[in-house]
Amino acid sequence: MKNLVNISKLSRVFDVSPPWLNRVIERRPKAFLQAVSEVSFDIEEKSIYALVGESGSGKSTIGKIIVGLLAPSDGAVEIDGIDLTREKDTGKIEETRAGIQMIFQDPYASLNPRWRVRDIIVEPVAARGGDTTGLAERLLEQVGLSAADVAKYPHEFSGGQRQRICIARALAAEPKLIVCDEPTSALDVSVQAQVLNLMSDLQEEFGLTYLLISHDLTIVQHMADRIGVLYLGRLIEEAPKDVLFSDPKHPYTRMLMAAAPKLDGFGREVEPPKGEIPDPINPPNGCAYHPRCPIAIDRCKNSQPEMKDSGDSRVACFLAEKP
Amino acid sequence: MAENVLSVRNLRVEIPLRHGILCPVDGVSFDIPSGNILGVVGESGAGKSMTGNAVIGLLDRPAHITDGEIWLNGKRIDNLPKEAMRRLRGKEIGMVFQDPLTSLNPLLTIGDQLRETILTHLPVTKAEAAARAIAALEEVGIPAAAHRINSYPHEFSGGMRQRVVIALALCAEPSLVIADEPTTALDVSVQAQIIALLKRLCRERGTAIMLVTHDMGVIAETADSVAVMYAGRLAEFGSVRQVLSQPEHPYTKGLMASTPLAAKGKKRLNQIPGAMPRLDKLPQGCAFHPRCPVTEARCTTDPGPTLENCGGRTACWLTTKGAP
Repeated sequence: MKNLVNISKLSRVFDVSPPWLNRVIERRPKAFLQAVSEVSFDIEEKSIYALVGESGSGKSTIGKIIVGLLAPSDGAVEIDGIDLTREKDTGKIEETRAGIQMIFQDPYASLNPRWRVRDIIVEPVAARGGDTTGLAERLLEQVGLSAADVAKYPHEFSGGQRQRICIARALAAEPKLIVCDEPTSALDVSVQAQVLNLMSDLQEEFGLTYLLISHDLTIVQHMADRIGVLYLGRLIEEAPKDVLFSDPKHPYTRMLMAAAPKLDGFGREVEPPKGEIPDPINPPNGCAYHPRCPIAIDRCKNSQPEMKDSGDSRVACFLAEKP
Repeated sequence: MAENVLSVRNLRVEIPLRHGILCPVDGVSFDIPSGNILGVVGESGAGKSMTGNAVIGLLDRPAHITDGEIWLNGKRIDNLPKEAMRRLRGKEIGMVFQDPLTSLNPLLTIGDQLRETILTHLPVTKAEAAARAIAALEEVGIPAAAHRINSYPHEFSGGMRQRVVIALALCAEPSLVIADEPTTALDVSVQAQIIALLKRLCRERGTAIMLVTHDMGVIAETADSVAVMYAGRLAEFGSVRQVLSQPEHPYTKGLMASTPLAAKGKKRLNQIPGAMPRLDKLPQGCAFHPRCPVTEARCTTDPGPTLENCGGRTACWLTTKGAP
């Protein structure tokens, strides 16, 4: 299978320094937050790639870089063979960008309350001067709403219906890749199931590729083909779904899976994981996970493990081979 | 009723509006024995937070209790005057809210907030209160408590803040703690820490906990019994094993089947069609019938049995044996 997306050595640094005057008066140095560091992964065409991680792991930043809402500090995002960071031909960039759409987390904040649903949905096409006759009606029916809803405003819909409108808007541009940033975390369980089923159906129908960003392992396990686990801006493990869930290699991945509540875990006593995600402005030396890691050795404190192939998966841990 | 810390009988909360009366909690009854955790689950709008707020007497006007009784340790508390209720809150009932940042005062150190609560509710001197405050922080697992007690809420991470909120809820040694979505704003690993903490406190102190959440996984691991709410009414009540592994009410069945955990490799999730009805547009009869897969003619006209008048586990005609 061909890869649709190639991400290589992607990094993003945010300047979080205090204002200039404070720096001078209080003699404080500049501060930088490394949100994403040297992340590399590929997404196969027509597959679902999931990024999981806790808050502050950089998963949303990667999503925003791919759709072009943020510029990378370093590294390359190559989509369909076109390097969006280095390509000089603006026509090509335009064309590639048109094939990438995004679904946001909060369907209450991502729809303009003053626009009618028709205008919201056809916007990606209208902005490029395309023909929009009947488009909104057709898309609404495709996502399970009624064509008569085009003249309504977003406030007339429930959360799940709004997320369907967001999906219709993403589909309008006939994208190849849709970046879904926590698409169902604002929704109730029964509505979440409706939206996830809709996303699966549309993927089959249109041959879409999804980058699914989520903190919820259960959703990821249900939807994804391949999964990347992020910790403090670094990819620490990547594997096909079945391999990752049956044989997690990185101690962080194992901790995440043990900590996730299980439906049949009646009265389960888990040894709760120790510590919390460290401050990303002053990350620990060596492997970022070593202060919480139950099996850390001296080497972990000093040097950063590289991603290494291990069977079907890739993992960044010195000890991954011998548990 | 003696061994039950909390008994709620036939609780009804109404919100009078110009266009009519909304009823977010309708005929809810349950008991929590000491040392037990009751999980209250349901989707948004089911009335689970409203039930918690009614018990602790924090209903926002114009919402008020119009019917039913709330008993705490054998004492009726729903009709107490405001001042008596204020003394009870914090002393007898502790509350943990969803968002730990907004439930702490950002201008006071956490020590100030703990000492204030302890001095208000317990007959202790200032020095004793200070010692108790440190002990409370140590109990919820905050490292270097004696040092951190002079920190402000913004100096703590989300998980640590939620520990402080739990310490605040527990420092006057209440017999009942109402935890309203205590882990929803937290990461998985921190959530596991907070759940372990709540379970330990419940076991060691015999505190009764009413855990309001929408996460079935959290309920499965934490609760002893479960109350499933739908549109203001109890749909099903029972022990956690019964309700989660053999759900009887069609809503509980649908809810369990629609979680990705239950899909077990299937391509599609089971879904419940439609969404929770709005309170001002509740359907006639059983509120769940428009989404119910097994609905009958009488479900559209009759709201169905309530839990106690048929002695069953579910408020549904079709699963309650011996119902009229």
